[in-house]
Amino acid sequence: MCGIVGLFLKKDDLRPRLGDLLTDMLITMTDRGPDSAGIAIYGDDADGLKMTIQSATPDEDFDGLEENLTALLRGPVRMRVIDTHAVLTLPEGSEAEVRAFMAEKGIRVMGVGNSMEIFKEVGLPKDVASRFGIRQMAGSHGIGHTRMATESAVTTLGAHPFSTDGDQCLVHNGSLSNHNRMRRELARKGFAPQTQNDTEVAACYISSRLAEGANLGEALDGTLQDLDGFFTFVVGTKNGFGVVRDPIACKPAVMAETDDYVAFGSEYRAFANLPGIDNARVWEPEPATVYFWER
Amino acid sequence: MDKTPQTLPRQNWTFSNEINSEIRRAAATGIYDIRGGGAKRRVPHFDDLLFLGASISRYPLEGYREKCDTSVVLGTRFAKKPIELKIPITIAGMSFGALSANAKEALGRGATLSGTSTTTGDGGMTDEERGHSEKLVYQYLPSRYGMNPDDLRRADAIEVVVGQGAKPGGGGMLLGQKITERVAGMRNLPVGIDQRSACRHPDWTGPDDLEIKLLEIREITNWEKPIYIKIGGARPYYDTALAVKAGADVVVLDGMQGGTAATQDVFIEHVGQPTLACIRPAVKALQDLGMHRKVQLVVSGGIRGGADVAKALALGADAVAIGTAALIALGDNDPRWEEEYQKLGSTTGAYDDWHEGRDPAGITTQDPELMKRLDPIAAGRRLRNYLAVMTLECQTLARACGKSHVHNLEPEDLCALTIEAAAMAGVPLAGSNWIPGQSGF
Amino acid sequence: MQTIDMASTELRELNSMLQSQEGNGGDAEWVIENTRGSHALAVGLNAPIKVTVKGSAGYYCAGMNKEATVHVTGSVGPGVAENMISGSVIVEGDASQYAGATGHGGLLVIKGNASSRCGISMKGVDIVVHGNVGHMSAFMAQSGNLVILGDAGDALGDSLYEARLFVRGSVKSLGADCIEKEMRPEHLELLADLLERAGADASPQEFRRYGSARKLYHFNVDHADEY
Repeated sequence: MCGIVGLFLKKDDLRPRLGDLLTDMLITMTDRGPDSAGIAIYGDDADGLKMTIQSATPDEDFDGLEENLTALLRGPVRMRVIDTHAVLTLPEGSEAEVRAFMAEKGIRVMGVGNSMEIFKEVGLPKDVASRFGIRQMAGSHGIGHTRMATESAVTTLGAHPFSTDGDQCLVHNGSLSNHNRMRRELARKGFAPQTQNDTEVAACYISSRLAEGANLGEALDGTLQDLDGFFTFVVGTKNGFGVVRDPIACKPAVMAETDDYVAFGSEYRAFANLPGIDNARVWEPEPATVYFWER
Repeated sequence: MDKTPQTLPRQNWTFSNEINSEIRRAAATGIYDIRGGGAKRRVPHFDDLLFLGASISRYPLEGYREKCDTSVVLGTRFAKKPIELKIPITIAGMSFGALSANAKEALGRGATLSGTSTTTGDGGMTDEERGHSEKLVYQYLPSRYGMNPDDLRRADAIEVVVGQGAKPGGGGMLLGQKITERVAGMRNLPVGIDQRSACRHPDWTGPDDLEIKLLEIREITNWEKPIYIKIGGARPYYDTALAVKAGADVVVLDGMQGGTAATQDVFIEHVGQPTLACIRPAVKALQDLGMHRKVQLVVSGGIRGGADVAKALALGADAVAIGTAALIALGDNDPRWEEEYQKLGSTTGAYDDWHEGRDPAGITTQDPELMKRLDPIAAGRRLRNYLAVMTLECQTLARACGKSHVHNLEPEDLCALTIEAAAMAGVPLAGSNWIPGQSGF
Repeated sequence: MQTIDMASTELRELNSMLQSQEGNGGDAEWVIENTRGSHALAVGLNAPIKVTVKGSAGYYCAGMNKEATVHVTGSVGPGVAENMISGSVIVEGDASQYAGATGHGGLLVIKGNASSRCGISMKGVDIVVHGNVGHMSAFMAQSGNLVILGDAGDALGDSLYEARLFVRGSVKSLGADCIEKEMRPEHLELLADLLERAGADASPQEFRRYGSARKLYHFNVDHADEY
């Protein structure tokens, strides 16, 4: 039960303002989700693999981490610490090794990819956005989420977006009703969710379908057959941005499109500060219909 | 010895006569069994708990002399005008339509004489009910029958009904016999049709939308009225927590023994948790949010006497609500109507076809002749007496545990007679310090 | 005319000012500025005043309206004019879900499109949508009139009671128990009046009428697939 915002830029002019615009959008959705907030930003491609990590004790865990990883991987590693998170740039092909290293240290991996960075924490959206300096971030697209937890815990890991594959993330408003069965099925296929959150099951489902060779549109379409309950999903990939609502579609969703961008919000007021919104095409996504944009 | 001994005919436990009769009924009609009331099956209940009482380690209060307070204030979180009740027992929501106008009036009279509140139901507020109820809680239901801003403003509190214990997740069905001209008029429905009730509200779904809905209701009513959120005993921890996050002043939690005017028997008997099992998770949710006693918890579903009240309060409730018990106090299922119950294919104590509108006691009916059988003044008096007895019983038990206010009862004042009740209520099995399901064992 | 700037006015202050106009006569005019999609704007009004909401509103704008005329120059969120009793609400832009939900009376005009569940459970209100309506519109609608100048989405009029539906454009699909009905002279007359009051430039003859087949009025196992 939550608020979702998303912004996908069609042109590069607005890139420097992506974080600023998304932050405003996110803050307007505070009432819908005061428990935690998260944001995925698709920024510049890294020279290597980007990995966003998080620690409850960053001072301790991040101290000397860059050097230790450089030694471990025998290659260049860069680390940018932002509050409880850090974005690592790693040599390509080192993901499995680094994940094992982090697991051993008890450091959480929020997501990996070439361009995606993920920041999420417990707390009010304005505080979360300011801790991570989201306003200053540039990029091509981004997705944000404010969470009112239903059944799973109010924790950093329980916050959205969920990323279960490279440069892929998903946020959700609603409540799934068959996620436990699906969780077991996905685990058997090797896509085991890490939390008890229903949304992560959806993220893993998308990842599993993509791994089986489906494109994002097909994977989103699959949610309509295989996931039960109420949902609006917004999904980001390296070059794409997708939206799908369940066939009943009673959780709110509104979209706006101009020549410059496509925006998603749980409520129209999330768009209030977007440039040119007064002349945008504004509509509510149809039930059981996949919407997808790619650069 | 010319006859071989015969085995006695043996009835099948799985296919009992009762079950078989339902199979035959279903086969004949093609309609599921619809009835009124709450779960009839035996489930772990307050009867499985006992108070420990005081002796040497704790000191009791002197009965009747040393004060044991029963007052309760509901809606202290946001409302400018919280509801002050003399006793921690309220009358649950029951609709005009399901009940006759006389029955609604009697509930209002009985509650008012006792210093407590009564509650409207699906079908809106009647003048009789408002007039005879000093404190009236106005239910805000998915159907919105008769909903209007004037009644909203003349209510003392507003109860947003998300679910009820008899049917968490379900709507209802009021059969055509009860949709008389007056009922139909209040509900904007054609006379005599089967009225289907929705299970979700028409203009919001989920706690994030509910928060905005509560803002609207508060803006319309000048933030004066306490807003209750009523939930069925489904997932009481999460649902209580979300009701609080959405902005509830009071959470009303209705366990599976809670009654209904009309719904499928399969729903009543197979969905929801026993009231006993619902209270501790709900209280835990309030405690985890730092809201216990700040957002009040009203528990309903199978409350019958002062012992049930005291036990519910000991487990952490702030008050209880009664529905079925109140109807019985008015005269429902009374043996004086046995002959007529028989004619309807039922018997005293088992009569549950409340939806058919043929109630011999004149309570769950819209038939003008049957209605006349219930004198609202006398019935109101009976309800008042019954509430007084429950309150005295509750006070007696609380004093025996050394409490000067019934709210000071604690889970530690209780033990359980069965392992099931011990686990559900989170109190030790009698004679031990064992609470099944809790760590250390 | 009084202007209220929501940038410097609390919602509570706005609504209590507007709600205290009962008995002040019908000529008072109010303009609300800087609404920025706020929820519960101009709700619970109870006097024949005129309120203009400049810009867009959030959830439940003009909820439970009685007697007042509320004019929104932008778009509205879910549940505009929900449970309206009387008066009128006019939206220049689009409306989100549940427009006019459970309304008992009065007139709701949406100049743009309305989203899903427009007129859900309506109980006497008249709704005129100049554009299209989304899926499940007039679900369980009990009475009143829903006029759609554009197209209707899936499952129009599902589980309909006695409300009348008039559609000029296409209907993607009809819901359970909703059927097309004959347009009789009294319907044309009713429609002409509604169109005029809603400022809609359309001829009643262009519309089709839909209503309840009344098959679900009494439960019958042979109709179980309809539910």
